[in-house]
Amino acid sequence: MNALHPEAGPLRESDRDRLIAPSGMSLRDLGDEAVAGLFARPGRLALTVIGTVVGLAALVATLGLSRTASNQIAGRFDELAATEVVVSTKNPPGQPAPVGALPWDAPARLERLNGVVAAGNLSTLNPGDDLVTASAVNDPQNRTAFKLTVVATSPGLFIAARAELATGRYLDEGNSQRADRVVVLGPNAATKLGISTLDHQPAIQIGDTRYHVIGILSAAARQPDLLGAVILPEGTARQRYALASPERIAVETSIGATTLIAGQARSALRPDDPNVLKVAFPPEPRRVREGVQSDLDLLFLVLGAVSLIVGGIGIANVTLVAVIERTGEIGLRRALGASRRHIAQQFLLETTSIGLAGGVIGACLGTLVIVTVAVHNTWTPVLDPLVPLAAPIIGALTGLFAGAYPALRAAHLEPVEALRSGA
Amino acid sequence: MVDRGTSPVIALEGIGRRYGTGLGVDALVDIHLEVGDRDWLAIVGPSGSGKSTLLNIVGCLDLPTSGRYRFRDIDVAALNDRQRAGLRARGIGFVFQAFHLLPHRSVIENVMLADVYRRASPRHRRARAGDALDKVGLAHRAEFLAPTLSGGERQRVAIARALMGSPDLLLCDEPTGNLDSTTTHTILDLLADLNDHGTSIIMITHEHDVAERAHRRARIVDGHLTETS
Repeated sequence: MNALHPEAGPLRESDRDRLIAPSGMSLRDLGDEAVAGLFARPGRLALTVIGTVVGLAALVATLGLSRTASNQIAGRFDELAATEVVVSTKNPPGQPAPVGALPWDAPARLERLNGVVAAGNLSTLNPGDDLVTASAVNDPQNRTAFKLTVVATSPGLFIAARAELATGRYLDEGNSQRADRVVVLGPNAATKLGISTLDHQPAIQIGDTRYHVIGILSAAARQPDLLGAVILPEGTARQRYALASPERIAVETSIGATTLIAGQARSALRPDDPNVLKVAFPPEPRRVREGVQSDLDLLFLVLGAVSLIVGGIGIANVTLVAVIERTGEIGLRRALGASRRHIAQQFLLETTSIGLAGGVIGACLGTLVIVTVAVHNTWTPVLDPLVPLAAPIIGALTGLFAGAYPALRAAHLEPVEALRSGA
Repeated sequence: MVDRGTSPVIALEGIGRRYGTGLGVDALVDIHLEVGDRDWLAIVGPSGSGKSTLLNIVGCLDLPTSGRYRFRDIDVAALNDRQRAGLRARGIGFVFQAFHLLPHRSVIENVMLADVYRRASPRHRRARAGDALDKVGLAHRAEFLAPTLSGGERQRVAIARALMGSPDLLLCDEPTGNLDSTTTHTILDLLADLNDHGTSIIMITHEHDVAERAHRRARIVDGHLTETS
C-alpha cells in the first residue's frame, strides 16, 4: 500500500531516489488536463476561439481573394495589351520620321518573326490647313468642313489594331500600290461628316482632293486614334503628302511573345543601327499578375495580420483572466506534485489548442468566402493550397505566443499563495 | 503500516520562518518536532500563530529560513523545485479546509488528479481511484460533479484524493473547519481508521475537541511550538 517499502526498515537508497525523483506528467495526461481545462468554460472557449477564427478566416479569404482578383485582372489584361508591341523612331513627338528611319516593308519583315500575328504601318499625316468635308456645297447654316486627323496605314494595320468594319471593306495592297484616292473612315469621323452608309458611293474632300469612301470602321480596340480619323492607303500618302517613312509599326503578337518580339524587332527592321528605334511593349502577363497580386497581398496581409494580432491579444487576455480565476487550481496542482514547468505546459497547450482550432475553422471559413465570392462573380476561385494548410499552424503559433506570458505568470505563482488566494 | 525503526517520517530541527528582511516577522521560531510512522499529531493554536506556515513547510510547499527539515532522512533544503514536487506527489497527501476540488470534473476525476504528476502508470488508475472512494464510502458518487456533493462528502473526496498515492504522511489543514458536528465526527472517524491502517497524520485545528482525537497534541503560539501531550 505504501509508496515505499515499509517492511524494509530504514530508508533504502533506491527508495530515497524514487521518493525525490522529479514529478512527471505523461503527454496523454497533459492533453487530458488541457482539454478538461478548456472545456470547463465552454462559452468562454467559444468566444476566445472566434477571435482567432476571424483573424485567420480574414487572412485566408483575403489571400485567396487577392489571388482570384489578380488572376481575373491579368486574364483580361492578357487579351489585349499583353499582345501588343509598337515600334517607332526615337524622333521627338510630332516630328516626321526621317527618310528610311523605318522601312516600308516593315510589316512583312516582322511577320516573318515567330510569334507575330499581324503588323501594320501607321503614320499621322500633316494636311496643313486642309479641312475635310463630305459635301462640295458650302452651307453657311451648317458646318460641313472639319479639321480631322488624317492617317496613312498599310493593310495589315487593321488586323494589328483589331479594327472592325461597320460597312464596306478595308484598304488593301492594291490601293496602296496604285495610290488610289480612297479612304476608310473611323466611326466618329464618319458621323461628323454625315456618312453612315456606302450605298451611294460617298466621297469626301481633303482640301481640294476628292477621295472615295470604301469603308467605315465600327471599332479599333488597339488604336483608338483611328476612331476619329480619315485613313488613307500608305501609297497614296507617300504620293500626296510626301510621307518619307512610316511613323510607327503596330504589331500583334501571340500571348507571351511580346518580350521576344520586342527584342528581335529592332534588329529585323534596322540591322544597321537598331538603336535608332524605340520599342514599347507591356510587361509580361505573369509580371502584371505578380505585380497586381503583390500589391493586393500586401494590403490584405496587413489586414489579416492585424486581425490575427487582435485575436492573439484576445487569447492572452482571456488566459490571464483564467489564470487569476484558476489560482486555487494551480495551488492544488502544485500541492499534488506539479512543477512550475507542468503548470506552464498546461496553459501553453490550452492556448495553442485554441489557436489551432481557430486556424482550422478559420481556414474552412476563409475558403468558403473565396468560393462564394468567386461563384457570385463567375470568377475562377484561385487559392494557394499552402495557405489553408498553413492557417492552423499560424493559429497554433499565435496561441502559443499569446499564451506565453499568462503561462509564465501561472508557473511562477507560489503554491502557498495560490492555495490561500484560491480557497 | 510497519514501523520503520529509528527513522521518523519527518524531523524538524530548529526550524524558523521569517517573512521580510531586516526587522521582518518571525512566523516560526526554533521548532523541534518529530513525527513517526502511525503517529497522529494535532496542532492547535489561535489564528496567525503559525499553524499553516508550519504545515506548508512540512508539506514542502514552503522552505524554512533557518533550521533543518528532513523527510525520511532526506534533507529537503538540498532538493530542487522539481524534486520537492516529486516528494509532494509521492510522499505527502493534503487535505484542505476549502476542499480544493475542481468543480467541472467528476468526483472520480478529482481523485485521479492526484496520480497525474506521479509518473505512475495510468493503467488501473480509475480502479485505484474507485478503491480510494470506496474507503471513504463514496464509491456510489463517483460520476457526480463535485459541486453537487455536501460539504462532508466533498471533504471525503479530498481525503480519497490524498490517499490515492498511499502517502507516508497526510497533512490536514482544518479538515473539519467547514463542517457541522455530525459530519466532523464522520471525517474524524475516517482519519482514525486511516491512521489505524498505518497512515501518519498531522492535523491543524483550532477546535480542542477535534484535537482530542489525535494521539499527540501540540500547541503553537506566536510561532513557538509546545507539545502538550
